[in-house]
Amino acid sequence: MAAQSDPTASTAPPAARPAPPLLCPDCGEPLEQTDRYCGGCGLNLAAPRTPEPRPAPAPAAGSMAPPATATATGPTAPDGPSPDETGSFVLAPPQGTQGDSDTLALGLVARLSDPREEESPAPAAGQAVCVACGVGGVDDDGYCEHCGHAQPRQRDHQEQELEGVAAVSDRGLRHHRNEDAFVVATASLPDGTPAVAAVVCDGVSTAHRPDDASAAASVAGGESLLAALERGTGAEEAMRGALLAAFDAVTALADEDDPAARPHHNAPACTCVSAVVTGPVFTVGWIGDSRAYWIPDDRSRPPARLTEDDSWAARMVAAGLMTEAEAYADARAHAITGWLGADAVEVDPHVAAFRPEGPGVIVVCTDGLWNYAESAAEMAEVVLPDARSRPLASARALLGVALDGGGHDNVTVAVLPFPATVSRAGIPSA
Amino acid sequence: MANLSKSNVPQFSVDVYQNEYLPEGAAEVNAIVTVTATGGGTTGGQPLSGAGNPAAAGVVIMVDCSGSMEYPPTKMRNARDATAVAVDALRDGTSFAIVAGTHVAREIYPADGGLAVASAATRHQAKQALRKLSAGGGTAIGTWLRLADKLLATSDVTIRHGILLTDGRNEHEKPEDLRDTLDACAGRFTCDARGVGTDWEVKELTGIASALLGSVDIVADPAGLAADFQAMMENAMGKEIADVALRLWTPQGSEIAFVKQVAPTVEDLTARRTEAGPRAGDYPTGSWGDESRDYHISVRVPPAEVGQERLAARVSLVLPAADGTAETLGQGLVRALWTDDMAASTRISPQVAHYTGQAELAQVIQQGLEARKAGDLDSATAKLGRAVQLASASGNEDTAKLLAKVVDVVDAASGTVRLKAKVADADEMTLETRSTKTVRVKK
Repeated sequence: MAAQSDPTASTAPPAARPAPPLLCPDCGEPLEQTDRYCGGCGLNLAAPRTPEPRPAPAPAAGSMAPPATATATGPTAPDGPSPDETGSFVLAPPQGTQGDSDTLALGLVARLSDPREEESPAPAAGQAVCVACGVGGVDDDGYCEHCGHAQPRQRDHQEQELEGVAAVSDRGLRHHRNEDAFVVATASLPDGTPAVAAVVCDGVSTAHRPDDASAAASVAGGESLLAALERGTGAEEAMRGALLAAFDAVTALADEDDPAARPHHNAPACTCVSAVVTGPVFTVGWIGDSRAYWIPDDRSRPPARLTEDDSWAARMVAAGLMTEAEAYADARAHAITGWLGADAVEVDPHVAAFRPEGPGVIVVCTDGLWNYAESAAEMAEVVLPDARSRPLASARALLGVALDGGGHDNVTVAVLPFPATVSRAGIPSA
Repeated sequence: MANLSKSNVPQFSVDVYQNEYLPEGAAEVNAIVTVTATGGGTTGGQPLSGAGNPAAAGVVIMVDCSGSMEYPPTKMRNARDATAVAVDALRDGTSFAIVAGTHVAREIYPADGGLAVASAATRHQAKQALRKLSAGGGTAIGTWLRLADKLLATSDVTIRHGILLTDGRNEHEKPEDLRDTLDACAGRFTCDARGVGTDWEVKELTGIASALLGSVDIVADPAGLAADFQAMMENAMGKEIADVALRLWTPQGSEIAFVKQVAPTVEDLTARRTEAGPRAGDYPTGSWGDESRDYHISVRVPPAEVGQERLAARVSLVLPAADGTAETLGQGLVRALWTDDMAASTRISPQVAHYTGQAELAQVIQQGLEARKAGDLDSATAKLGRAVQLASASGNEDTAKLLAKVVDVVDAASGTVRLKAKVADADEMTLETRSTKTVRVKK
């Protein structure tokens, strides 16, 4: 059989592979010697060639066709157990980039890889390949060995979904790193009622180590909030305590700094907003300009913005000095007047509790999102109709809104269904 | 990274100072790289106390014995005495030789075509031989360097160093012969050059020292030679590792605009690149003891979109081996990060600013003195005025003092100066020779 197939294999190539005149094996477009991609169909010519194109044997040996192709793959490509089907699959390379799980495990690699993502990376056996040029490997410092491009880092894009809450955080398109952070967590109150919380923090980029500040604040805030709730503390008090715990965590970062360098930069700082659903009520707490929105399932009911920014614009409006439109058009609009950090003027945690009439979702987000959907009505428009049953999909969709809008800032959004969709109370989770 | 197991090899640390934030469209990244070599068994301020491995070092002292050294006769006497002091500073075990230079080079000790090994006996013999030195003949420095190279090559030493003393111009040799010699000797040994008196050519000696990665200075008064020779020899004895290269790797699309050593002296290394693999180049730095040097690296990068981050260059100190491999002694990263945050992108790195100023200082001094010689007094006043301003602002007091001997300083802060009507040759030559000396950035 093998001997038989050899002649067919050797006769097949001239017919099947008009390679010398150089035509695209897929669409027949004439090619240049130096082409790496077909100009007609975009086939990656550098990719390992399919052993023998399927149509080839058909005219050569009619009835013999099926066994011929089967055996032809054997001797010509002994290492290719993959059927020709996968060989023609140009999608293979992305798997290569996903292989390096320490950089990014999620499916957004393609977007981060910018302009030339179409050029599928050259196959570099088993090792990480640059997401930007697809040519170089990745060095120990996280840069491409060919084009020097920084590779996506863990915090560039993060997602988490627990039962009853989901959150997404992304670097956006204009910032070089993600200075936002979030924590989602669930616990149960002493009476067994589930508590579902989301904490979202936005590092102040003009301060030193904003990314560390937001990470520290979200972790400390989340832990404090749930611990207090589990002890039976009231939600509002627990929320206030959580904001102060987050504040202390950020303030502590300033002490780690080299005192000599301190005059040259602002102490680490961030904003914080969190929401926790406990039974028939939910509680929102915040410092800074990160926000929470209430979006009812029944869109005929009015959605609402639940937080009041600690920002220059909000203060102007609150003081009646400017209209909202004027204030937000000002260059100082987003200058925040309250934040967590060692050099904060005052610590004024805002806490509010709500008892909605019907089901809906709470959207907890940084200004990276709400800049593109400022009012509650605008936010309601972009929240998926079935957000309550698919919080992660909804959070991703909201991220998409921010990125489509330009992604000028880091984007972080958590979606909390109300009432809590934790299936059984009393099951504490991480 | 691996370290050499030999105990006398210093540890290299590489620190990069830069503002990595670039505005949109920016295509140039500047960084100051501080390379510090420590350890290797030296004791900070006392390089003589058992540092390094004396058997690994070879030094050839080249003494000008041309006829002019006899005018005044103290010059020859001082040169002999200074050489004797340098010989005394040789550590036991160090290989050495003494060459008398005229229009030809003559090995006067050990005079057997090779190097002697320092010991009480050989030091004594060398000093005996020095007594017989007399002046007479021309000056062809290239021949001295070639002989030094030949002598150093006879011995299996890793640190190869020369000390060259001259009092006159390189008159008995074509400039291109000297250039050819320097090209041939570059990388084979390092050499400090000293000019005694005021009849020598600053550019000639700075060119030699620069090509051979050594220091250059003026010893206007021959009486100062002994102390200077001792210091040079101690410095040479303190070297622990030779032929270290600064290796710069740049990604596809990026290229090195310039590489300058900026401390302790300004030395442009840009043209001295040798390719070292794909997109990497080596720049020679010579031999290192316990010391710290700063380099200013400027990289042209392809402009990227806001939010992008790239590596602009990878900086490493390497010790190339004969087989083409290289030992990495230390490394750092120069990064580029495009941002629309104006506050970040307009910040100026104090280190980059400081050394940009120091490099300009060296340049305006040279241009100012050039203009002064050419009789273009307006230009000379402007350039030297700027030099005074830069020296004062950066706290380069030594250079400020030298400038004050050439110009009358009216107001240092604004750079207002008047050219002095009469300037001693020695003062002008000292300023020119030391124009490249920099001070380090204030902490």
